Amino acid sequence: MEHIRMPKVENVRLLDRLSSRRAVVGTLYLTATHVIFVENGSETRKETWVLHSQISSIEKQATTATGCPLLIRCKNFQVIQLVIPQERDCHDVYISLIRLARPVKYEELYCFSFNPKLDKEEREQGWKLVDLNEEYNRMGVPNNYWQISDVNRDYGVCDSYPTEIYVPKSATAHIIVGSSKFRSRRRFPALSYYCKGNNASICRSSQPLSGFSARCLEDEQMLQAIRKANPGSDFLYVVDTRPKLNAMANRAAGKGYENEDNYSNIKFQFIGIENIHVMRNSLQKMLEVCELKSPSMSDFLWGLENSGWLKHIKAIMDAGIFIAKAVAEEGVSVLVHCSDGWDRTAQVCSVASLLLDPYYRTMKGFMVLIEKDWVSFGHKFNHRYGNLDGDPKEISPVIDQFIECVWQLMEQFPCAFEFNERFLIHIQHHIYSCQFGNFLCNSQKERRELKIKERTYSLWAHLWKNRADYLNPLYRSDHSQTQGTLHPQIAPCNFLYKFWSGMYNRFEKGLHPRQSVTDYLMAVKEETQQLEEELEVLQERLANLQKSQSGDNKVKSKQQDRSKQIGLYTSNNSLANTPQEYSNDLKSFPSRSPSQGDEEDSALILTQDNLKSSDPDLSANSDQESGVEDLSCRSPSGGGCLPSEDSGKDSDEAVFLAG
Amino acid sequence: MEFAELIKTPRADNVVLHRPFHPAVEGTLCLTGHHLIVSSRRQDNAEELWLLHSNIDSIEKRFVGSLGTIVIKCKDLRIIQLDIPGMEECLNIASSIEALSTLDSVTLMYPFFYRPMFEVLEDGWSSFLLEQEFELLSSVTNEWRLSCVNKEFSVCPSYPPVVIVPKCIDDEALRKVALFRQGGRFPVLSYYHKKNGMAMMRSSQPLTGTNGRRCKEDEKLINATLRSGRRGFVIDTRPLNVAQQARAKGGGFEQEVHYPQWRRIHKYIERFNILQESFIKLVEACNDQSHNMDRWLSKLEASNWLTHIKELLTAACLAAQCIDREGASVLVHGSEGTDSTLQVTSLAQIILDPRCRTIRGFEALVVREWLQAGHPFQQRCAQSAYSNSKQKWEAPVFLLFLECVWQIHRQFPCSFEFNEQFLILLFEHAYASQFGTFLGNNENERAKLKLPQKTMSLWSWVNRPEELSRFQNPLYEANSLVIWPSVAPQSLQLWEGVFLRWNRPSRFLEEAEEERINIIKYNKELQAKVNALRRQLAEMETDEEVQEE
Repeated sequence: MEHIRMPKVENVRLLDRLSSRRAVVGTLYLTATHVIFVENGSETRKETWVLHSQISSIEKQATTATGCPLLIRCKNFQVIQLVIPQERDCHDVYISLIRLARPVKYEELYCFSFNPKLDKEEREQGWKLVDLNEEYNRMGVPNNYWQISDVNRDYGVCDSYPTEIYVPKSATAHIIVGSSKFRSRRRFPALSYYCKGNNASICRSSQPLSGFSARCLEDEQMLQAIRKANPGSDFLYVVDTRPKLNAMANRAAGKGYENEDNYSNIKFQFIGIENIHVMRNSLQKMLEVCELKSPSMSDFLWGLENSGWLKHIKAIMDAGIFIAKAVAEEGVSVLVHCSDGWDRTAQVCSVASLLLDPYYRTMKGFMVLIEKDWVSFGHKFNHRYGNLDGDPKEISPVIDQFIECVWQLMEQFPCAFEFNERFLIHIQHHIYSCQFGNFLCNSQKERRELKIKERTYSLWAHLWKNRADYLNPLYRSDHSQTQGTLHPQIAPCNFLYKFWSGMYNRFEKGLHPRQSVTDYLMAVKEETQQLEEELEVLQERLANLQKSQSGDNKVKSKQQDRSKQIGLYTSNNSLANTPQEYSNDLKSFPSRSPSQGDEEDSALILTQDNLKSSDPDLSANSDQESGVEDLSCRSPSGGGCLPSEDSGKDSDEAVFLAG
Repeated sequence: MEFAELIKTPRADNVVLHRPFHPAVEGTLCLTGHHLIVSSRRQDNAEELWLLHSNIDSIEKRFVGSLGTIVIKCKDLRIIQLDIPGMEECLNIASSIEALSTLDSVTLMYPFFYRPMFEVLEDGWSSFLLEQEFELLSSVTNEWRLSCVNKEFSVCPSYPPVVIVPKCIDDEALRKVALFRQGGRFPVLSYYHKKNGMAMMRSSQPLTGTNGRRCKEDEKLINATLRSGRRGFVIDTRPLNVAQQARAKGGGFEQEVHYPQWRRIHKYIERFNILQESFIKLVEACNDQSHNMDRWLSKLEASNWLTHIKELLTAACLAAQCIDREGASVLVHGSEGTDSTLQVTSLAQIILDPRCRTIRGFEALVVREWLQAGHPFQQRCAQSAYSNSKQKWEAPVFLLFLECVWQIHRQFPCSFEFNEQFLILLFEHAYASQFGTFLGNNENERAKLKLPQKTMSLWSWVNRPEELSRFQNPLYEANSLVIWPSVAPQSLQLWEGVFLRWNRPSRFLEEAEEERINIIKYNKELQAKVNALRRQLAEMETDEEVQEE
């Protein structure tokens, strides 16, 4: 609170990026956790909520006649343009936000004050939803070839690894420790995925400290042990996910890559995925393209190409495809590494797992996958996503890229995933929101020290509770696409990599399809379920009536009046269905009937603006009027009462009134 | 002419057919007057490919030893390869295909030989008469009339025999206006917006020339669509400088002095040769099997295809906006009024008129705004993206229209009664068909060819219930509103269904569509069951009550 110089500013204008004509006036509040903009106007009082942890940059622009513009860019790709009447107020807001957006202690983060009003037991249950021990058992380990090793029980060998790690049975503690000394940050080869069907596995590590000629017997033994744990294959792929040039440059620093001559029976392969700095710049360039005001098609496509973003997505996907193919088709085990083995390695291992194992394409399995390949193996969430103030050069959209790979796969295999696009978007949102403890810190060790599980809540439990909102209506567990390995195409003309406007222009609803097929089908399925229930009741009644004409057993149907039809799911969303600025020529021409038409056109069914109730938008940027009321009838699981976010807002409200 | 003269080798055995994402098939190749047929003889997996010669855009042949290979590129963008043993056979077959796929005379085309195997329930040739359209119009307004001034095609050779014009303009005036508009294409009604009584008219450019010729009747005609004291918009699909240059060749545009109540907006839409080039480049990009993402994106960008889509959609949205939001009447024209004009007027109707988003209504739109309005299909669709010849009349004008409809469909997936397959079907049949619907360049030519008597209409076939069911959108819920699409680049996508159709494994997408259909179907079945049971129960309960009394 001491950082808030200006808790409330009135007569602030919120600009619409797409249309300069649409601006709303309201009041801006700064609280300990959120920036809140409340529209003036007695009826709607639309609110926009932005978590401090979502703010990636704040830009104060030159003062104009109308006031001082403030541009807030968010990590969930929301861009907010405010105009504050007084320069001094603007400056105060700016200074306050700069500090608030860059907390220095974990304790300042939202998850430590966020209270979804669950009791202790519920919280603990929430953390137990994803259990990695269970997951390794599901994969089929321990078994004759793999065992759990306690060599890292006190994080003594590698502080960025978890305590429980699966290694080949023949790899003794001596070999593991020896190998760890020959690997960057001591991240020795460990099991990521085991393929029950053919014993092939995916292992992961960091780069070897081979320099120009160094060798390590234990490391060589370690790789041999991995190969032998797959008796059906006489060699092992070692995949270095870096461009060859980068890997070679590392040799000069005493690091590098495996020399095929020193390791018996390995096949070494480079897959050129660029480093975090290239990726950060690439995203930056792409976002600049997204921010262009009415770009031409060429501007857009050229900018997209120039950003290189889709090229990088493809590189990650190609690496995953290569590994999945090696494991599934050739039955060969693969060791994957990059430099430290916590960015590209995590991306590639998780893409490969997703392609190989249908379980990871279920909602629960996907949570497990992120927990396994990202959280437990020490992906540096805090550094990469800038949760605490730190080195800006450490920030990079590593998991964002993985999430996009999943979306690209969903576009190609529409029935293969149990979850929908919204699930991915919400996970991305919460990686940055710091509302839940899952992604705090840089390693399991740090999280244990902070007692995350005792002090914060788990995102997975929250998502699971609202799972009805995240279902893909086309998914069927018995469907052919659901079974076995996915085999995506490689060439861009066969596998169309698309720009993901649902993510990167997420808050510009006007750009998205105005009717959502997913929501529509989910509503139909929900109705179908109710019909099934009603059918059962009716059949029972019929049977009773037929059996005993005397027995007056009138079970009144719950839904005698089923007026609820899909077509009635309407929303008042005039924005979704008004013309854009198609021509500048019309501007100068006075609009004759500004009031006409809006209401009539607004009754569009199932627009995207009506995102389901557990949408983080509701806390971040909510159109609460339409959001909550409309949905209560559509989504029994989460509509009536907003779960955690709503209550989270209650606590905020207190702060915001106190402030 | 006998086709047999062109077929030296009617049959070849042990031919291997290669298609992307299909295993190679070995079989027998047969050539008939209109088809290339490959049938595999394997009992377990009998497969036949029937390809219309008129669907073939170009062929290439090459030899390795005595094994010849023919690569056939089709107008529907598919590419197939045939390995034919025997050099002579291969050469014969290649030259036959070449000759048969480039027949000059329309009357030799397949529609004149096609004998349908289905029962005609409704003759498509008379399914969409302008008279019926006018009857509908008459029920809401009496400001328009049906004119038969063109019944001999003498006033405007590219117009249909009957047109709808303002009631207060007589045929004599129309004849004068026709002389003032290129090709005689005087302004006629394209669409009447019931909601506010505004009209969209279309025509060709006025022949003002350099000395600013005027035509009082023309002014009177289009002013007749205005409410008193209101202005209208002329949407000219050429940029201002092109419109100005047109004056030197006798063309021109509506000048303010003579049309003070009209405001002119120039919205540039590309012309045919540029579009054809763009089409060729795009298809080239889509067939580039390179794994390089940069190359793909830069080729996609360089084709400019999506730019044309964006421009066209923007112009159509603008026309719709003028009518619905500004409450103004609109006149649309470019030069000839047979290409970009029709694109704009038909797309604006998709946006404005819910009827055009039904199957029947969309068919009527295609008939009214494209076929009867005189879009020269035969010239434009003579060749597709693989053609090597540099004829200058080809252009994917109709395909662009269909793609724009698809783009709007993608943004409003529940507001169209038809599905993507229906649009693809129309694309295919515009380029090669067993039906006579898209033959000829205008109604005049169709009448001379006696198409309604001698060929079958596409609509006769497609409107049969069993065919129709394949083209229905399971998500359709009638939406009576105006639908405003987004034209931002982020909102527009490549039409995979046409351009990557043969280059992607389609199974997964087809399964998804099936799943969508099943979800809806099951819901409807349950609905019916529940309703039936409810009725039954209600009856039994009243019976019981009666008994109790």
